[in-house]
Amino acid sequence: MSDRGTISASDNKDKSAAVSVKELRKCFGPLEVLKGVSFEAHEGDVISILGSSGSGKSTMLRCLNMLETPDSGEIRIGGEVYGLKKTGHRTVPADRRQVDRMREHIGMVFQSFNLWSHMTILENLIEAPVHVQKRDRAECIAEAEALLERVGIADKRNFYPAHLSGGQQQRAAIARALAQRPKVMLFDEPTSALDPELVGEVLKVMRSLAEEGRTMLVVTHEMAFARDVSNKVVFLHKGVIEETGAPAELFTQPKSERFRQFLSGRGDVV
Amino acid sequence: MTDIGFMWDTFLTLLTGVPLTLELAVTSILAGSILALALSLLAVTGGATGRNIAGAYVFVFRGSPLLVQMFLIYYGLGQFRHGLQDLGLWWFFREPYWCAVLALTLNTAAYCSEIFRGGLRAVSSQEIEAARACGMSGVLLFRRIIVPIAIRHALPAYGNEIILMLKATALASVITIMEVTGLAGKLIADSFRAFEIFIVAGAIYLAINFIVTRMLLLVEFWLSPHMRMRLQS
Repeated sequence: MSDRGTISASDNKDKSAAVSVKELRKCFGPLEVLKGVSFEAHEGDVISILGSSGSGKSTMLRCLNMLETPDSGEIRIGGEVYGLKKTGHRTVPADRRQVDRMREHIGMVFQSFNLWSHMTILENLIEAPVHVQKRDRAECIAEAEALLERVGIADKRNFYPAHLSGGQQQRAAIARALAQRPKVMLFDEPTSALDPELVGEVLKVMRSLAEEGRTMLVVTHEMAFARDVSNKVVFLHKGVIEETGAPAELFTQPKSERFRQFLSGRGDVV
Repeated sequence: MTDIGFMWDTFLTLLTGVPLTLELAVTSILAGSILALALSLLAVTGGATGRNIAGAYVFVFRGSPLLVQMFLIYYGLGQFRHGLQDLGLWWFFREPYWCAVLALTLNTAAYCSEIFRGGLRAVSSQEIEAARACGMSGVLLFRRIIVPIAIRHALPAYGNEIILMLKATALASVITIMEVTGLAGKLIADSFRAFEIFIVAGAIYLAINFIVTRMLLLVEFWLSPHMRMRLQS
């Protein structure tokens, strides 16, 4: 993280930055949700994005794979920048195919799992590898089975999403994202829709992903995860990054009053 | 009063009309479904203009009787014979069979497009978003995610429409087509035994629809393991 000053004037690929966001802005109608957000994630970083509801944290995460199109700013993932263009008042992706291509290697885990209800768990896992990435089906199945084994639901491979518990569905959704062989994993409040007793099994899987050095950006309310697992915390408040840094410093000596309030509001959780 | 021998003879005669009944139904259901799919896509993705065009079509063809539409096409367009001949379309409008197929097609397309539109709208935006997030778009997204889910939502109502269409083919008899009901009318004119003949005709439709409903149930069963299977632990 100390090499941040080495960004050269030339537009060469910055190898160490897996994700870089510069001056990201986004409005929904008159409401400005992101007011110029900049940060970087390096290869292997696990970044927890904290903030109260309405702070813009989910919107920011969804900009990273263009589920929301930012009004302005630059998003670079794996060295490639999303092309944007203005049409009238709206900003849209300049090239839809570029967006699709970049999304192929960004794994996304949603708050409400969003598994495809008409497919079995195994079919959910091999859908993108086989039909989007055009990889060999048999190879994808073998890989998917290994992933299901890893998240602990190998026995559910032929079940449909509706027949799994929330925790199992979310673990399947994580496995589905992993099956894309992603460079970056995005988690949008992955445990917020779960019953308290099911949160642990999902966090355990996420922790193991962090330990193997995956680049992860996690919007979360799980303070323990932010403090113990992530190596960087970003605190968003009203569309700006109010505070950022290593969790060890941030949680013990918060600089901003807002973050202090945010923490004390949840002091018992920490 | 009723005569089993006569009814059996009637049955054998009316049976020869079944292929034509089925042909009318299958042709118009297939053509109507394709037209309906185009209309529902227009309504869902075509913006305000598309929605208005599809809406106007549905309004006209759902709002007026099928019999009137059939008369209009077969008898009404006959007035414009020379114009149609100039356009090279007379061979089509000259044949009662094609007029019946056209009327049935246009009519069922109006109903089916509403059914499909409902099915498309019932696909959860979350499942679509998950597909977009892994790089799907356009035809691939439509083919792999949206259509399979929409079909499952639309199937019960679509099955209903298939059955309605099978029965609606009976109207083709009024424009001289000798399908089951047409043949029944002819037999009645010869024998004046309306009761027996219509009982047999009704029973034939009932039998066809019995088979059709079984087939629909089978398709529904086959498409919905995710609704059927229960936790086995």
